[in-house]
Amino acid sequence: MGLKIVKAGLLTTVQDLGRFGYQKYGVPVGGAMDEFALRTANILAGNDECSPVLEMTMDGPVVAFQQDALIAVCGGDLAPSLDGIPLPMWRPVWIKRGSVLSFGRAVHGCRAYLAIAGGFSVPPVMNSRSTHLYAAFGGYEGRELRAGDVLPAGEPSPSAKKWMDLLRAIADQQHKQAGALESGKMQSVSWAVSGTFRPRYALTGRAVVRVFAGREYGLFDPAAREAFFHYPFIVLPQSDRMGYRLRGPVLQRGELPEMISETVTMGTVQVPPDGQPLILMADRQTTGGYPRIAQAAAVDLPVLAQLKPGDTVQFQEISFAEAEALLLAREESMRLMKQAVKMVMERMRSDVLD
Amino acid sequence: MHQNHQERLSHGAELYPLGEQAVVVKLGDQINPGIHNKVMQLAEHLAEHPLPGMVEAVPAYTTVTVYFDSAAVYRYWRKSAARSMSEGTADSTPGGAANAGASGEMGAVMSPYRTVCQWLRSRLDSLGLDREARRRTVEIPVCYGGEYGPDLEFVARHNGLDAEEVIRIHTAGEYLVYMIGFTPGFPYLGGLSARIAAPRLEKPRFKVPGGSVGIAGRQTGIYPLTAPGGWRLIGRTPLSLFTPALDPPCLLRPGDAVTFKAISREEYERLREERPWG
Repeated sequence: MGLKIVKAGLLTTVQDLGRFGYQKYGVPVGGAMDEFALRTANILAGNDECSPVLEMTMDGPVVAFQQDALIAVCGGDLAPSLDGIPLPMWRPVWIKRGSVLSFGRAVHGCRAYLAIAGGFSVPPVMNSRSTHLYAAFGGYEGRELRAGDVLPAGEPSPSAKKWMDLLRAIADQQHKQAGALESGKMQSVSWAVSGTFRPRYALTGRAVVRVFAGREYGLFDPAAREAFFHYPFIVLPQSDRMGYRLRGPVLQRGELPEMISETVTMGTVQVPPDGQPLILMADRQTTGGYPRIAQAAAVDLPVLAQLKPGDTVQFQEISFAEAEALLLAREESMRLMKQAVKMVMERMRSDVLD
Repeated sequence: MHQNHQERLSHGAELYPLGEQAVVVKLGDQINPGIHNKVMQLAEHLAEHPLPGMVEAVPAYTTVTVYFDSAAVYRYWRKSAARSMSEGTADSTPGGAANAGASGEMGAVMSPYRTVCQWLRSRLDSLGLDREARRRTVEIPVCYGGEYGPDLEFVARHNGLDAEEVIRIHTAGEYLVYMIGFTPGFPYLGGLSARIAAPRLEKPRFKVPGGSVGIAGRQTGIYPLTAPGGWRLIGRTPLSLFTPALDPPCLLRPGDAVTFKAISREEYERLREERPWG
């Protein structure tokens, strides 16, 4: 019982918020590239924000539901559809057992996240259910999903169960009214998480990403610093969950003192000797020795996560204090969103079931 | 744009941000056992007595990076602020004077980064970091040369030695694990004799087998997993350096002392067989 993979898609893995506490052993944090989409999908499926979900990349999978389920799809638009009918994103959806959900090529963005009430039930490795592809552990047998894999779902939370009953009841009512013999295969709600709550995703593939000075920013030539903020950089095909290689103006550095390797994190922009920047992403190494010209603001990491090769990124300078304030404001708005989702589902319940 | 929020404090420490949710505590500018000893003492202290909202503390050559959860630090601060307000104590909030006048609104004035820095400052003030850190010694058996150490002859020739001398010098040393990085479980070892130093390969190998022991410049290290790499390979250990099913997952930890012992091919095969996790 659970979710059966009918077609794997380009790269489909189980991810959660990442693996913490093991960086001192060189174990990458990993986890979802788009943390906002993962957390939001979980909130909408009545899960803990950190529950494991499916991360789907560029060309999505086809999955069959072996049980009734409450799901939410967030992040990039990989054209999800159920029996040819578009599946609405950024909201809770009830899916009837036996339905087949197909994702296609990315329309907007690069990565979509499918959360299921109860989360995908895979064993934790070092306190996380994220798939680490390189060293092949975590997630589903430490690898990307293949056709034929069956992912069991965990026990839905009490509120997820209530929401499922509610959406099933709505589906039944609507089909009785329409005189149909059998209820539909999916039922969503008429609202979604508003675009104003979401990160500034670049629908056109031209992203603006806010950054603050990296530790070695001052070591770059003034011309390099200016070029860094002036020109857009192209995301190269050799980009993956570990990091994005960018092409743009060559960023010249002055004579560098010998660098001693230090920790790096997601969104760290390093410049190797060829002068072409590298942005570290979810599966980054824990340490690095290249000069760090900038650090992407945490609130814009989901924007980066949704870029694909050929897209461009324009860096915009902000201060560390601004970046931190943006992050706290985002966390506050996520807290409010979570409350709002609960409230609106409760109200629907009293409207429909009373 | 300029360097943000840099400060100098006790132990010559410097604090600076790595992202919004990490503070780097830098304790020196050189790779040496003395500075690393301070790094390990601070990292161990923080592991035993974590700061509120701390996620993990990660030691490297000269730094300890303290990762934290901004929202958790914020919530902790707000609770303590409310408590001290009701008790009428003015400046006992964790953010202290740095956050004086902060309103209850998240992000308005309060800075989790500054709060964590302040906590770290007081920890640094009260800690003596000159005690010798606890140190384990781990012996790594290595089958040198042949198929397992294809570059042993090169390292010997490069230094005007024969292969036996390279092995003797490599096994005579005691090495310090400065940090684990590059891949899960990869130890950066210090203490290699200059007499067997060797440059990296011009063209890195596409596949270096897990367990390979290599030399790059004045460094020696062990590949835990099969990976691309440019180090000169002098031997291979049958031990598993990284086992995800174990906690901790690594044979070696930062701060460990490492010695190497030469073993025969037969012994290598026997130890390889005995490995519980394949």
